[in-house]
Amino acid sequence: MALTRSRSFWPTVVFLAPAVLIYTVFSAGPLLDTLRLGLFSTDGTGQVDFAGLANYRLILLDPDWSAAFWNAMANNLEFFLIHMLVQNPIALLLAALLSLQGVRGSGTYRTLIFLPTLLSVVIIGFAWQLILSPLWGVSERLLGWVGLEHWFAPWLGLEESALVTLSLVSVWQFVGIPMMLIYAALIAIPDDIIEAARVEGASGMRIFWAIRLPLIWPTLGLVTILTFVGNFNAFDLIYAVKGAVAGPNFSTDVLGTLFYRTFFGYQSQVGSATMGAAVATLMFLVILAGVAVYTVVVQRRLIRHTF
Amino acid sequence: MTVPDQMRKPVFALVALAAAGVVQAGTLTIESWRTDDKALWETVLIPAFTKAHPDITVKFNPTSPAEYNSALNARLTAGTAGDLITCRPFDVSLDLYSRGRLQKLNHHAGLANFPDSAKVAWQTDNGRDTYCMPMASVIHGFFYNKKIFADLALQPPKTEAEFFGVLDKIKAAGKHTPLALGTADQWETNQIVFTSVGANHWKGEEGRKALIAGKKKFTDPDMVSAWEYMARWAPYLSRGYQAQTYGDSQVLFASGRAAIYPTGSWDISYFQQNGMKDFGAFPPPVRKAGDTCHISDHTDIGMGINSKSKNTADAEKFLTWLASREFADLYANKVTGFFPLSKHAIELKDPVAREMLGWRQTCKSTIRLNAQIMSRGTPSMENELWTVNSQVVNGKLAPKAAAARIQSGFEKWYRPSGR
Repeated sequence: MALTRSRSFWPTVVFLAPAVLIYTVFSAGPLLDTLRLGLFSTDGTGQVDFAGLANYRLILLDPDWSAAFWNAMANNLEFFLIHMLVQNPIALLLAALLSLQGVRGSGTYRTLIFLPTLLSVVIIGFAWQLILSPLWGVSERLLGWVGLEHWFAPWLGLEESALVTLSLVSVWQFVGIPMMLIYAALIAIPDDIIEAARVEGASGMRIFWAIRLPLIWPTLGLVTILTFVGNFNAFDLIYAVKGAVAGPNFSTDVLGTLFYRTFFGYQSQVGSATMGAAVATLMFLVILAGVAVYTVVVQRRLIRHTF
Repeated sequence: MTVPDQMRKPVFALVALAAAGVVQAGTLTIESWRTDDKALWETVLIPAFTKAHPDITVKFNPTSPAEYNSALNARLTAGTAGDLITCRPFDVSLDLYSRGRLQKLNHHAGLANFPDSAKVAWQTDNGRDTYCMPMASVIHGFFYNKKIFADLALQPPKTEAEFFGVLDKIKAAGKHTPLALGTADQWETNQIVFTSVGANHWKGEEGRKALIAGKKKFTDPDMVSAWEYMARWAPYLSRGYQAQTYGDSQVLFASGRAAIYPTGSWDISYFQQNGMKDFGAFPPPVRKAGDTCHISDHTDIGMGINSKSKNTADAEKFLTWLASREFADLYANKVTGFFPLSKHAIELKDPVAREMLGWRQTCKSTIRLNAQIMSRGTPSMENELWTVNSQVVNGKLAPKAAAARIQSGFEKWYRPSGR
């Protein structure tokens, strides 16, 4: 008995060790250290002292800090909602179309739609800045061809439209990922179920709404949570296009850019590792809360079918 | 099988370098944000230094400007930063010094070659300690396309009224964008517009020092008028200027599509490299004829010694060379648009650079308004000014509201000394 236990114990330890070690050193450790660092404060000489919740009190209660924080939070929420309302429905539509039988060139479409995901955000940001540029961009002329040139505006530069524009650029880039996930789920549905429905006389629409969609709810849930985590960690596209001051008038400032300015500093703003850690902790808590709500409220109600 | 000896050596050296993060005596590494000047440092400046000091090897290791402050901080904390640190002016470097990252340079003889106005950017508030050797300043003003001016029979404007007259004529002619300026990147509206053209309103140093002393407010009429002046520029910018980046503005002017370009002297070399020769410069127009002109002559770049450097003696020799006439001459003439700060009389070869440097004789010099002390609190005045100034040019914020926002942000944390 003792022999069998030790025989299964040591291999388990050995095989788990690399993953546990790497995860601890590069992920869990830094995360815990960030949580710890958020409770400290730095003075002008670089001295670090324990400060309890002072950083959080400052961020949430000081008028300037809290205005910046809630502005970033609201922008982040808008960024996420646009992804949920535009990216994921489009991804679902594309996946449904691609998974239809007999679509010619579906492989090519799949690759083309997925391709932007592989490009660097810096390239995406630069390309879209050029496309939308009021000076040398093509968008005004393209609108002109359909008689809508008076609709054109320097969208990336206007307070009302900059965030929406950036969100849509991000949607354009990342729509391939949810599409692939949903597509994989759709083609995993056994043909005999679909055929049985067809024999029963169900229309294509009916099959989609009554059979395919319910069967991929778990995947749509996964896509939602991935979108949520990804969007609340967003930083790169906004930094690439608008810089860390995320103008105009902080209308494109999200938690990621606020964190960057706080932690690293920007121009003459001197960075603070401890305040930055507090902002990072708040981001972590927001994401944690979102994921918790999802797991408790949504995931438990999802019914998984295995075939 | 054994590794051949000649292969083992570089591997060993690499490991040693990576492990220690320091280099043996005789080697100096320079940290800098001037990625544009890498070739120049490696082919001109460093060879000139090593000619006199053949036993010292110097490496130039730049990081891109936007990442420099944070990357340098990370390297200093980790103990892997180079021996010589290129210093941003005022608070960013002061913060490094007060955290013990930079060595005190008070004893360095080279400092005697610089006037006090140059050293102040790298001194503690009380002026007692100096921690970086001044290197160069940039001067802000306007470039104009000489051909467009000649075609329309225009003269560089002297006063703000003349400035708008010139802009109106260019606009009426209809062929060119009068002013190449965008608000997408935001920093231009502060660093090359507000703090440059505004100096004529708050009378340069007089206004700047009064703000620090608490004797003046941003809501005073001669501060608000600077924003009112900028607010009138919008009709002369390109359509869609809200999404126009700094790079777009450079191209607009370089391609001859824009007549006037508000900028700083560092852009001289950009236009030369891009084949644009026929341009001149004029200082920010004064409010009314006969007023003294003020220019933003901003101490921009210095160099200090990493307090953890293992090679302080050689680093000090390098700083001595930075304070020499030879360096001032080389830097001014090779890095066009960066002007020496030392007391040596330097002959500039580039005509536009010479013109701009000449303004030091006819106008009073000041530095960027918020560079010293004012940007160190929360909210950061630099970031606030980028935002507010862009919004004023965008027509989204009234000049008075802009002034009120900056003043209230400043008052929140700043207590003038002696009050």
